[in-house]
Amino acid sequence: MSLQKFQKTGRFRKRLQQAAAVQFALLALFLGAVIVISTGMGYIQLPPATVIKIVFAKLSGQSNLLEGLDSIFPVVVMDVRLPRILSAAIVGAGLAISGVVFQGILLNPLADPYTLGVSAGAAFGASLAILFNIGMMGSYSVPLFAFIGAVVTLLFVVYLSSSSGGLSSNNLILSGIIVAAILSAGISFLKYVADEQVAVIIFWLMGSFGSKTWNDVGITFLFILIGFLAFMFFARDMNLLSLGHRTASSLGVDTRKTTIFLLVTASLVAAICVSVSGIIGFVGLLVPHMMRLLTGPDNRRLIPMSLLAGAILLLTADTITRAVLPSEIPIGVLTALIGGPFFCYIFRKQQRTRKIL
Amino acid sequence: MPFELNGVSFSYSEKAVIDDISMSFAPGRFCGIIGPNGCGKTTLLDLLAKHRQPTSGRIAYNGKDLGSYSIKELSKEIALVPQNFYINFPFTVKEVVMMGRYPHIPRFSSPSAEDINIVRDIMEKTGVNDYTDRFITQLSGGERQRVVFARALVQDARVLILDEATSNLDINHSISLLNISAKRMKRQDRTIISVMQDINLAAVYCDDLVFMSKGRIAVHGATKDVLNSETIRRVFNIDSKVYAESYSDSLQVVFKK
Repeated sequence: MSLQKFQKTGRFRKRLQQAAAVQFALLALFLGAVIVISTGMGYIQLPPATVIKIVFAKLSGQSNLLEGLDSIFPVVVMDVRLPRILSAAIVGAGLAISGVVFQGILLNPLADPYTLGVSAGAAFGASLAILFNIGMMGSYSVPLFAFIGAVVTLLFVVYLSSSSGGLSSNNLILSGIIVAAILSAGISFLKYVADEQVAVIIFWLMGSFGSKTWNDVGITFLFILIGFLAFMFFARDMNLLSLGHRTASSLGVDTRKTTIFLLVTASLVAAICVSVSGIIGFVGLLVPHMMRLLTGPDNRRLIPMSLLAGAILLLTADTITRAVLPSEIPIGVLTALIGGPFFCYIFRKQQRTRKIL
Repeated sequence: MPFELNGVSFSYSEKAVIDDISMSFAPGRFCGIIGPNGCGKTTLLDLLAKHRQPTSGRIAYNGKDLGSYSIKELSKEIALVPQNFYINFPFTVKEVVMMGRYPHIPRFSSPSAEDINIVRDIMEKTGVNDYTDRFITQLSGGERQRVVFARALVQDARVLILDEATSNLDINHSISLLNISAKRMKRQDRTIISVMQDINLAAVYCDDLVFMSKGRIAVHGATKDVLNSETIRRVFNIDSKVYAESYSDSLQVVFKK
């Protein structure tokens, strides 16, 4: 049977679906492995088998399994490392899937979760909270203010760019840039008047997963799970939106409602990520690009794959700064230093092969 | 009657683009819409496809107000081939054609054997199957337009709306795509509403012609009744000669420099 004939058959189709499922399963397995290995790494080195044993013992409540182990190990694994590691993985996943959505909705492969000014809004909110030492919510004050800042910015950008004809992607991007520029001037001013707290502000902005708790893990997981389910529900409509709004509408998509819903949801996912970890760039830009090379642009495959790949990438980066480098550097700096040049590389390569992502 | 328009107007802010149009489109007919640039042809199509809502007046589809249909329901009734088509993402040709079946496939289901058959059949007929697995981003404008046409045909809708759908195709592909569409329309008593630039091509295919000018209907009727030099003069403000041509069995228009 010739290749062309083979491709016409249903079997080829099935193979493709199976291939997608296999890719997903492999990537999920890989994520699991990275989590276990990363948990073993650090000042106290633990072999993967010990990590698995501790987690299993804690989850099933069989504390007799822990006999013979140093009593500090379960504390290191369960209370110190796992919350941080899971936070990093979840935030990476969230940034990656919201990146997919932004690129798909704005029809712009260079859009990222921060395109609508979400990061600038979050940074401004966090800076305010730090500067005025607002502590009414304890350790949640700064994340809460960051989240509020992000949401208010988002609403303003959507208001600024909406017209009677709906939301055009150029308007959205332009409004995002303008608002972000104003806010960064505001942040500079806050830093200028901040005196002693300026270091705190700067460190928050560069991002960190240090001192995360199980509560952080729970909240982020919940929000990003909801976001993921919403994105999967609209994945097929997003495919149609990439054909342009007139065509999508003729194929049964309520373009205005769908666009606004997805943009707001994706921004909320990004806002949650920022408020948990500070501003971490390039994950939301890079992961969708890399995964599109692997799965093609169909969002029904792209979103789940990006979810896993984003988790793996950010967790790896966080593990490098936590356990490999001699001293910890801010995660936002690390992702930009690795992600930026890597993005330049694949961008350049695409220009040469003229393959448009 | 698929469409009945009653006093329909549409305006962007103050400027009226469609000005008090009342008319109807009949089933089983190929209707051409002709008029100078900026006379509101595309806006009229947008109103029919419910992509825009009229500022005033009423559009009925199959006797029911167009507004009462959901966008989902309409996607099974009306297919659209737009004029310009850009896509930024490297979907394969086959994936894009399959998107025309989405209105018939539940959100989380895979395409059925029937969907796959329809797609294969149309891709063969439209000649798109020469590049089934190529990326849509790598095709030429004309090739891409054929893919978009195929995508609208697999949608299998009762009304096919063409917005200058053949204007960047060579004559071979224009004729073959129009033939496929016209044949399916006659066989199943469907409606084609097409904005066309080429009056002579319109004269060959269209049963009815609508001449538009400044947001209004200048002339509307069966092609043989309304296509004459008087109409052309009124709408385009140029001199022409219209004559019966036996090879194409249609009226044809010629111009003088």
